[in-house]
Amino acid sequence: MQKRIKINERPASERIKDFKSVVLGYNPEQARQEALRCLQCKNPTCVAGCPVEINIPGFIKALAEDDPAAAIAILKDKNNLPSVCGRVCPQEEQCELKCVLQKKGEPVAIGNLERYAADWEKNKSNPGINVAATSNNGIKVAVVGSGPAGLTCAGDLAKKGFAVTVFESLHRAGGVLRYGIPEFRLPAAILDDELRYLESIGVRFVVNALIGRTKTVAELFNEGFRAVFIGTGAGLPAFPGVPGENLNHIYSANEFLVRVNLMRAFEFPRYDTPVYVGKKVAVIGGGNTAMDAARTARRMGAGNVTIIYRRSENEMPARREEIAHAREEGIEFLMLTNPVSFHGDDKGFVQQVECVKMELGAPDASGRRSPAAIAGSNFTLAIDTAIIAIGMSPNPLLISLTPGISTDNRGRLIVDDNLMTTMPGVFAGGDITGGETVIQAMGMGKKAARAIENFLR
Amino acid sequence: MYKIITKTRLAASINRLDVQAPEIAGRARPGQFVVLRVNDTGERIPLTVAGQDPAGGTISLIFQETGKTTRALAQLSAGDSIRDILGPLGTPTKIEHIGNVVVIGGGVGAAEVLPVAKAFKAAGNTVTGIVGARSRELIILENELKAACDKLYITTDDGSSGRKGFVSDVLKEIIAGNAAIGLVYAVGPVPMMRVVANITREAGIKTTVSLNPIMLDGTGMCGVCRVRVGDMVKFACVDGPEFDAHQVQWDELISRLAGFRQEEKISLEQHAPGCTCKKE
Repeated sequence: MQKRIKINERPASERIKDFKSVVLGYNPEQARQEALRCLQCKNPTCVAGCPVEINIPGFIKALAEDDPAAAIAILKDKNNLPSVCGRVCPQEEQCELKCVLQKKGEPVAIGNLERYAADWEKNKSNPGINVAATSNNGIKVAVVGSGPAGLTCAGDLAKKGFAVTVFESLHRAGGVLRYGIPEFRLPAAILDDELRYLESIGVRFVVNALIGRTKTVAELFNEGFRAVFIGTGAGLPAFPGVPGENLNHIYSANEFLVRVNLMRAFEFPRYDTPVYVGKKVAVIGGGNTAMDAARTARRMGAGNVTIIYRRSENEMPARREEIAHAREEGIEFLMLTNPVSFHGDDKGFVQQVECVKMELGAPDASGRRSPAAIAGSNFTLAIDTAIIAIGMSPNPLLISLTPGISTDNRGRLIVDDNLMTTMPGVFAGGDITGGETVIQAMGMGKKAARAIENFLR
Repeated sequence: MYKIITKTRLAASINRLDVQAPEIAGRARPGQFVVLRVNDTGERIPLTVAGQDPAGGTISLIFQETGKTTRALAQLSAGDSIRDILGPLGTPTKIEHIGNVVVIGGGVGAAEVLPVAKAFKAAGNTVTGIVGARSRELIILENELKAACDKLYITTDDGSSGRKGFVSDVLKEIIAGNAAIGLVYAVGPVPMMRVVANITREAGIKTTVSLNPIMLDGTGMCGVCRVRVGDMVKFACVDGPEFDAHQVQWDELISRLAGFRQEEKISLEQHAPGCTCKKE
């Protein structure tokens, strides 16, 4: 068996100087060689691992036959955002985990191949090969939030002929793909291309519209929308609740990434939005957002960036690939460590983080071993910037302004098997219902689109 | 794009823009604000909705030129457009029948108390207004406030209009006059709101302030506007912007407002008068 073809990446020393893509992708010959590794299983287990049910052997076969146009057509049949998924999906936990070659240690690089096919299409002069000619049925559906769940739901409904309008509160569409995931992992131009594709199949975008405030869900129904999909995400940042956390130069990861990604603070002062990144940055947390924040801080010129995580590397929720990329870029890791307070100067700017060492005890409800502080192990670290990336909870705003819609005790929208909320005709998916990753959100968006079609039939 | 219908100069550095934003004009309630972005390279800043014309589909934005964005806004004219406006945001003022309400506006804060004063008056309250500024030229909306309040006091630091002194001096006198004040509502510079809070705390008068910390998205997503109120951390953009003045931790608010002062200076220098850079 041929070895899995490694994807081309820029060297760490070069890429920490800019925000351009870290991963460069396959060339045509590499893609063909990797595609030929696929065994074309009669009962493909990989498809069962894909939340959006892509015909994986099908698109890979097309690539093996040097027919990327056919490959992208197969991908777009199920996936409205292939160039996004090819970049940010945790394939190692999904399709590639289920690949039969996984047992031999090296699954087919499905994600890399998806990315190759999607990028091939973008480089063509005439994108949008597989725009299905659908007749508009005139039935209006509103999608609230333009992140991965909303975009997928909108795309699937548009393909089925519904007149879909997506409402976004920020001034650009894309949700977490726009404000959260950095340019070096998902270039804004790639996202723009995906949005143009959705527009080409009839999806309408309305920005600067915060549903709940700019107009209510009830008003959407009054305007003739027959169903509403809520994909407003996990927009509420958590703070550790320790003394000093409101000192200046302590950001939530959301604030930091919004400043850099959405507002382009990395081009300050050409762009008006500033961001301060000092020389010694502490990033609190162990998820993908923490890795994104740390790597962004590095690119903004921080000489020393330390990720502080309360469990050990085994429990880190971030993708292995992201952890490896961060290490290559010189990010330091302080495991089994938890901040207990921040100390600042007399002007209110952070100068130190005080931490305590942790040890792992018995597994908790999530199956991960729960950390406990070791008494008397406190120590301080000199820092000038801190970024809090310890998680997000569902954005409560729309829910609080929508009578008749119910949540569980963690603030997540309660949905039935068809992803319908407690309000008839209102569906929901993604982080607002407890999803965690981009692709899970997309899977729910897809499922909701089917349910909405059935509901309106 | 949001078209500017009229531009009115209210004082040397204070302008009013009436902007086409029909959905906001139809829905905004007193105490609410918008987040706007002037152009494609602009930052997002919050501004209170100082007035609205639901029939005409316009909202009034009144602002003082203090930083790069407010200067860029001031350079726009009728017919120009603002790139993005999101709103109405924030929890509206709780308007109810209380009895005697005192509204206090410091500087451009006068614009922000005007819709609140009108609403309290309409709810059957006796509204006393106190507005203050450095000097006569900086007193804005005097006629509108006179119409909205049962009685209006004006103070200037230099005595060039109304009485010489601060809004807090008048407030103290009113309190000393044994008026039964049910609520004091204050908007203005942080030191002014803090002084007002100290006076009314001693007098045991419920006091609401509308805070203006740094904001980014304005939807509760980033937490840059976090303020400590009592022992709770609140996000001003969604939990506020109005809070119990006696619970606000003023020192922390003042410190956080200065969080980007260095960068703001750089930004402003880039936008020095005479700059001929192309407006987008």
